Amino acid sequence: MNIDLSRRGFFKLAGAGVAATSLGAMGFGEAEAAERAHVRAFKLATTTETRNTCPYCSVACGIIMYSKGDVKAGETAELIHIEGDADHPTNRGTLCPKGAALKDFVHAPTRLTKPRHRAAGASEFQDITWDEALDKIARAMKDDRDANFIQTNEAGVPVNRWTTTGFLAASATTNETAWLTYKTVRSMGIVGFDNQARV
Amino acid sequence: MSETAPQPKTAAANPPVQPIGSNLLPSDVVRISATKDVPQPDRQLTKVAKLIDVSKCIGCKACQSACIEWNDTRPEVEENVGVYENPHDLTPNMFTLMRFTEWVNPETDNLEWLIRKDGCMHCEDPGCLKACPAPGAIVQYSNGIVDFIHENCIGCGYCVTGCPFDIPRISKVDHKSYKCTLCSDRVAVGQGPACAKACPTQAIVFGTKEDMIAHAEERIEDLKSRGYANAGIYDPAGVGGTHVIYVLHHADKPSIYDGLPDEPRISPVVEGWKGVTKTAGLAVMGVAAVGAAIHGIFARANKVAEHEEHEAEKLVQSGDGNGGTV
Ligand code: SF4
Ligand code: SF4
Ligand code: SF4
Ligand code: SF4
Repeated sequence: MNIDLSRRGFFKLAGAGVAATSLGAMGFGEAEAAERAHVRAFKLATTTETRNTCPYCSVACGIIMYSKGDVKAGETAELIHIEGDADHPTNRGTLCPKGAALKDFVHAPTRLTKPRHRAAGASEFQDITWDEALDKIARAMKDDRDANFIQTNEAGVPVNRWTTTGFLAASATTNETAWLTYKTVRSMGIVGFDNQARV
Repeated sequence: MSETAPQPKTAAANPPVQPIGSNLLPSDVVRISATKDVPQPDRQLTKVAKLIDVSKCIGCKACQSACIEWNDTRPEVEENVGVYENPHDLTPNMFTLMRFTEWVNPETDNLEWLIRKDGCMHCEDPGCLKACPAPGAIVQYSNGIVDFIHENCIGCGYCVTGCPFDIPRISKVDHKSYKCTLCSDRVAVGQGPACAKACPTQAIVFGTKEDMIAHAEERIEDLKSRGYANAGIYDPAGVGGTHVIYVLHHADKPSIYDGLPDEPRISPVVEGWKGVTKTAGLAVMGVAAVGAAIHGIFARANKVAEHEEHEAEKLVQSGDGNGGTV
């Protein structure tokens, strides 16, 4: 079947329709929409709201996460939407393009959800437990600090510097967490200290 | 069901999660494609508008992200060809697009980077609706929102031709036409559009059309005091005004903003078809109903050769449109 319905075809059809037949005869007494006007069902109805902070940068915008199912009630929650929290003093509901796309970040198949380790010389990452990961990190830090910590400079002035290990922290934290992180890192003498979105 | 949602006043609010009655009903429809004698609604909703102040826009595309997330569309990842537009054009999955123009102001010799959020203007006099031959595929609510009812769409693409702003896009997957809904599902529960809520500079704001005009006037005054003598509002009369309005710093030259029409109006061809499209559309549906391969027809229907376009225009202009003497 090969009907080339161009606009010209429409004109022809229209003409033919008027000349040779009536719409009634074609079975269209009254032209009516098959489906009544409707808007999409509101997708947040009966979802559970969870307030959170956008994890990307240190502006730390407030967000609301909407899920089907409530974890607090022992159910599994399926995250269906995230948007800015209009009650949050930082952003008043607005978000940047990254924050506005957070749902896809949460659902990304490549998202890192557990610690992984690539052994020296290996080409692949292996899953490890948090205990193993923290032990490894602590061991490596201790060994490096013992070997490279600089207590005094050439003039003999105490400086307590540890320049051979860096620390990368998360930016989107509360003031309290940020304070604790800062104190922990600096108290060990670490100089190289940053996060992924320093402002 | 519980109480009815209020009419929206702003986009800066958190949506309700408790079930709430919709405030945008079939009975609020004032126009329906290919349908005459739409019963007049017994109430008039407050006219709404989304205001886009291009002078405040930083081109961050949070509005695009928010639109994708809210509407659960998923535009394809495309190749970077060295321009900022992403994706390259509006698509059935991307209802709004930031368009970037580098413009040298002849008066100052300054390079100005003009950024315009493109998308459906929600025309008071919608060319898409007038061109559409499928009954009920496009409706207009009394608050000004022009919305597509996809179940009724036959994918013919007439709305694209009928639209003075070249907005709707036909999906190659389901052969239906898509565009910005002005977040009609959010408006129905008293909320504003997702893009307006997300915009970090509040270049996009939403509210009653009256409030938005007042806000625009404040913005224009501010821009004038900063040396933009031609700052003004874009709410084009040629399409009866729009429910998406711009504040432009060079309102005397809309077209420098990536081809925003200086004086948009519905093509006379579309106005001329009005009489026949409905009949023709029904004829198509008749053909479909007797068992034609729907996909075959409607996929082809999009292809209108240029000479046919001209012939149609001639026909309309010679007043011969209804005669069928092609
Ligand atoms: S979110 Fe606002 S500032 Fe960002 S691109 Fe969209 S309109 Fe411009
Ligand atoms: S594609 Fe055709 S039927 Fe669908 S909305 Fe556009 S004009 Fe109407
Ligand atoms: S901008 Fe185009 S698609 Fe939107 S209402 Fe106007 S005519 Fe229709
Ligand atoms: S109003 Fe809604 S559908 Fe339209 S561009 Fe904004 S977010 Fe997208």
